Amino acid sequence: MTVPNPLQGDAENKSVVATPITRQEQTASTEVMDRRSFLKLLFLGWAAFAAVAAGFGTMLLRYLFPNVLFEPKQSFSAGFIGDYNVGEVSERFKKQHRVWIVRDSEKIFALSTVCTHLGCTPNWLPNENKFKCPCHGSGYYRTGINFEGPAPRPLERFKISLSPDGEIIVDKTVKFQQEKGEWSDPDSFIVT
Amino acid sequence: MEAFKDFVNHVTRPRVLFPLLLVFTVLMFPPNEILFKINKKLRLYKLWTRMGGIIFFSLMIAFFAFGLTDPNFKKIVTKPDNVPIVGLLFLVNFFLWVSMKQAYENDARMDEGKESSEAGDAKEKVLVWPDLVYIEFISLILCTILLMVWSILLKAPLEEPANPTVSPNPSKAPWYFLGLQEMLVYFDPWLAGVVFPTVIILGLMAIPYLDSNKKGRGYYSFKERKMAISIFVTLWLLFWIFLITVGTFLRGPNWNFFGPFEYWDVNKLEVLTNVNLSEYFYMIWFKRQVPQNIILRELPGFFLMVSYFGILPPLLAKTLFRNIFKNLGAFRYSVFVVLLLIAASLPMKMFLRWAFNIKYIIAIPEFFFNI
Repeated sequence: MTVPNPLQGDAENKSVVATPITRQEQTASTEVMDRRSFLKLLFLGWAAFAAVAAGFGTMLLRYLFPNVLFEPKQSFSAGFIGDYNVGEVSERFKKQHRVWIVRDSEKIFALSTVCTHLGCTPNWLPNENKFKCPCHGSGYYRTGINFEGPAPRPLERFKISLSPDGEIIVDKTVKFQQEKGEWSDPDSFIVT
Repeated sequence: MEAFKDFVNHVTRPRVLFPLLLVFTVLMFPPNEILFKINKKLRLYKLWTRMGGIIFFSLMIAFFAFGLTDPNFKKIVTKPDNVPIVGLLFLVNFFLWVSMKQAYENDARMDEGKESSEAGDAKEKVLVWPDLVYIEFISLILCTILLMVWSILLKAPLEEPANPTVSPNPSKAPWYFLGLQEMLVYFDPWLAGVVFPTVIILGLMAIPYLDSNKKGRGYYSFKERKMAISIFVTLWLLFWIFLITVGTFLRGPNWNFFGPFEYWDVNKLEVLTNVNLSEYFYMIWFKRQVPQNIILRELPGFFLMVSYFGILPPLLAKTLFRNIFKNLGAFRYSVFVVLLLIAASLPMKMFLRWAFNIKYIIAIPEFFFNI
């Protein structure tokens, strides 16, 4: 004897059981889910799914923010003015802080070592007196102005200042862009 | 020998090589009747015969064999990274030659009123097992052997862990991205890295809607699809294979151009100072200051762009592309012609950079809008 499936309609059962109305069939038809309880279950199911998805979502979002961030300090001391010769491009802090310290006849400024085209690190070529990017050939003068290759704008300069005891402090959280006319800002260089 | 090397070094400067290759490709794959007749007159189609192929590939092999006697050439060509690109040059040319040979043979057959040589294939029945599966199995074994031999003979070019402050000089993308990297030299990242790849993909997707030619399906033929084959092969060979080759063999330290027999000198001095079109226009032609106002300053560039994309399409519809305009209708014609103009703008800008050091047609760095 087959046990009627409550979810299957009457038509199916009639074909299996020959007698028109049996007790078993009556109980079966009452067990067929009505619209209200079906919607309830559906709602419950989707609510559970949404809750799980939301939980995983928040976990994923949380994962994007690391517990500990090993970043070098955004501002650092770059020694004294006397450490730099006039006309020198210093690569002392290139590796650790990604900054060139440049001194010309009047001032000292800090140049970012990130190419403004696609973010490679250009090389300082003392013989040719220019920065040259190995990725797409952008070239910059020692001032940071772009003059060859695809770089759309000059290198960025960082905030540079003197501490009370005469040390040079470079603050990378503040940057100055030439195309916005920010290089005349007194924070962007130290007069020597 | 030295004179020959010097000659090759001079010819492979892109400003010389690219126009030469462009003319050669268009003549080899003539898009219309006039060029087809020139091709016939010059007997260029002879390349697509057995004899032409033997001569062409012998010359190619001879060039590489001669090149390997030169230390600079040998160093770059035999670098493990670059060996597959040498293979690519031979394979692309070989398969192009095979298909063009079949196409010309078919064209000759059809001129005589016969069926194409592939017409019989559809009637013949071949079994998957064993006919196809055996071929696949043997290819699988051969490819595995090739990969094993390759991995034993050539060392994998692994380097030290990545360091953001050290960019190798030159820094090269994987070979399949060298075309994009080369494009990035001439265009801003948003154009070369975002807009152009999107346009390439959309353009490839649009081909079935733009090509209304019902001929040449299921068999090789050049005569019946001259324009389609010419456009595709030119774009494929010159904007992809050529750019990959240039990126692999001709770009050296500081991303400067080097001839194949030239020593990769880190200190090679090349004067490449960029000039914008606005500076050419105002300072060199009109001998005056570039205006302060952005709109006024970039007026020549805007004018050029508007006439290129606005005036050229209707002009071409009336002249060169009259038949295409009639076949496709206004909308599909506009899509076709704009895609073609975008594709053509790429080598134009590259050539302007090589020949005149032009950096931007429209330069508004204030709003990151540089073309």
